[in-house]
Amino acid sequence: MTSTTASAADFPADSVGLVTPQVFAFDQPLALEGGSHLSNWQLMVETYGELNTDASNAVLICHALSGHHHAAGYHSAEDRKPGWWDSYIGPGKPIDTNRFFVVSLNNLGGCHGSTGPSSINPESGQPFGPDFPVLTVADWVDSQALLADRLGIKQWAAVVGGSLGGMQVLEWSLRYPQRLRHAVIIASTSKLTAQNIGFNEVARQAIRTDPEFHEGRYQEAGVIPRYGLRLARMVGHITYLSEHSMGQKFGRDLRKDQLNFGYDVDFEVESYLRYQGDTFSESFDANTYLLMTKALDYFDPASDYDGDLVKALGKAQCRFLVVSFTTDWRFSPKRSEELVDALTAAQKRVSYARIKSPHGHDAFLIPDERYQAVFSAYMQRVADEAVTGEVN
Amino acid sequence: MRQELAIIANWIQPSAHVLDLACGDGTLLHYLEHEKGVRGYGLEIDPEKITACISRGVDVIEQDLNRGLKNFADDSYDTVIMTQALQVLRRQDLALDEMLRVGREAIVTFPNFAHWRCRLFLAFRGRLPVSKTLPYQWYDTPNIHLITFKDFEALCAQKNIKILDRAVGNLAYEGNWKANLWPNLFGEVAVYRISR
Repeated sequence: MTSTTASAADFPADSVGLVTPQVFAFDQPLALEGGSHLSNWQLMVETYGELNTDASNAVLICHALSGHHHAAGYHSAEDRKPGWWDSYIGPGKPIDTNRFFVVSLNNLGGCHGSTGPSSINPESGQPFGPDFPVLTVADWVDSQALLADRLGIKQWAAVVGGSLGGMQVLEWSLRYPQRLRHAVIIASTSKLTAQNIGFNEVARQAIRTDPEFHEGRYQEAGVIPRYGLRLARMVGHITYLSEHSMGQKFGRDLRKDQLNFGYDVDFEVESYLRYQGDTFSESFDANTYLLMTKALDYFDPASDYDGDLVKALGKAQCRFLVVSFTTDWRFSPKRSEELVDALTAAQKRVSYARIKSPHGHDAFLIPDERYQAVFSAYMQRVADEAVTGEVN
Repeated sequence: MRQELAIIANWIQPSAHVLDLACGDGTLLHYLEHEKGVRGYGLEIDPEKITACISRGVDVIEQDLNRGLKNFADDSYDTVIMTQALQVLRRQDLALDEMLRVGREAIVTFPNFAHWRCRLFLAFRGRLPVSKTLPYQWYDTPNIHLITFKDFEALCAQKNIKILDRAVGNLAYEGNWKANLWPNLFGEVAVYRISR
């Protein structure tokens, strides 16, 4: 954090403005699904808005693969970009910080301040690296529940997330059914398809076969598996966009006005992907990337019920909003519709909107009139309930 | 409209599990939830109506009825309702089959194309009728399959669908002796309750 003094006037009126992340340290051991446990761990957290007296207006934001705690507002007056979901969190926005107390954290295993593979392992005095346990969505939800305890939140007004974040929301509804009134699951799925796992495996192989990976101990070697991460991000990035949105953005535009008959950048799209990959490889930890993709692959709440999702959903007590985007092929509307069908078959309360958008999977982060209308309408009811104290 | 709601509410068991096809802005489901304690979902494709349902707290699912109800199991609902939408579907016969596969009973409402005003309109003006119940021009109407009460009842007979109840009236469902005596001539709208 810089010591810049910024006044509210420096930020847009519908922004939460200047925000400061906080560290929450925990010394109760967290038992993990994989069999091991974390004894001392910490979470990096941001909050926006104010918790009301009966703590009924709290909303938890769950982040996606490369997300973190900084979902809204600015860290300094010099920040060029606000948090990753600033379009949807703020005064008067769908997650209205005038009405809600919003909690956003960096998940365990992350690389933005919460305990993860790049943290120091107290047993060895070295970074965990590959020794950091593989975490699951359920482990994250358990750690988030302990955070809720610490904040004095017995029941969330809503738990909200897109993509991998949506999986955490679904897990919340099943693991702690009484601790949330609403689940908002956006551009997500109850389990990845083989194709989706395939993309994750390509990303992992890109990282693990980088000569600088050093079996995950690259930090001790003082290097990063830059090329692997870069490649992983480039492939990932393509899958988050749609054919249409890439066409619109780049077409076949050339970087210079002619082909260079070599293997350097010819097309704008190549330049863009290289830039995205480069930026990402400098700012994201490779072991965290591996861990997050595994959590995605493993998630399947129906697996304990012989693959019967309807049965698995039996425990849920909250109301659901499910949202998908027409051109999202990484987490396609079909996946959301499977979840909705299982929810209706289980006679759970659910609404579903399939938003027409050209932006592929990334649509869940991008401003869109209809998406905002649906999201706002739903969250306004959640807020109204939080005030009256009425559930459902 | 209010009268139609009351008739439908009257034919639905308290706490019934219902599906409302083409549920619009959720008025009916909202009414049934509060009056009869029903549980269920509305299906709709119009984005603004979907948002309106959500604002009301009505559970709404975005789904195109022309693609059937394959995602709903046999006999999974007590009543499947469709108000003023049968005439906009591509295959009404298949829609009725689907409704009675998913629901034990169905309630449908639609405007009567054989109402005397429609008949006179066509007979004397020689043009397709435009009325309060059918306010569109032939080229912009969503009502691609217009129905008369007689046609509907003939289809039901052919498909062995039982007509359990029928309420016929003018737009406000004020029944009168003429509509009761000659429904296909004097009824503007009807509500049918049907089953297999």
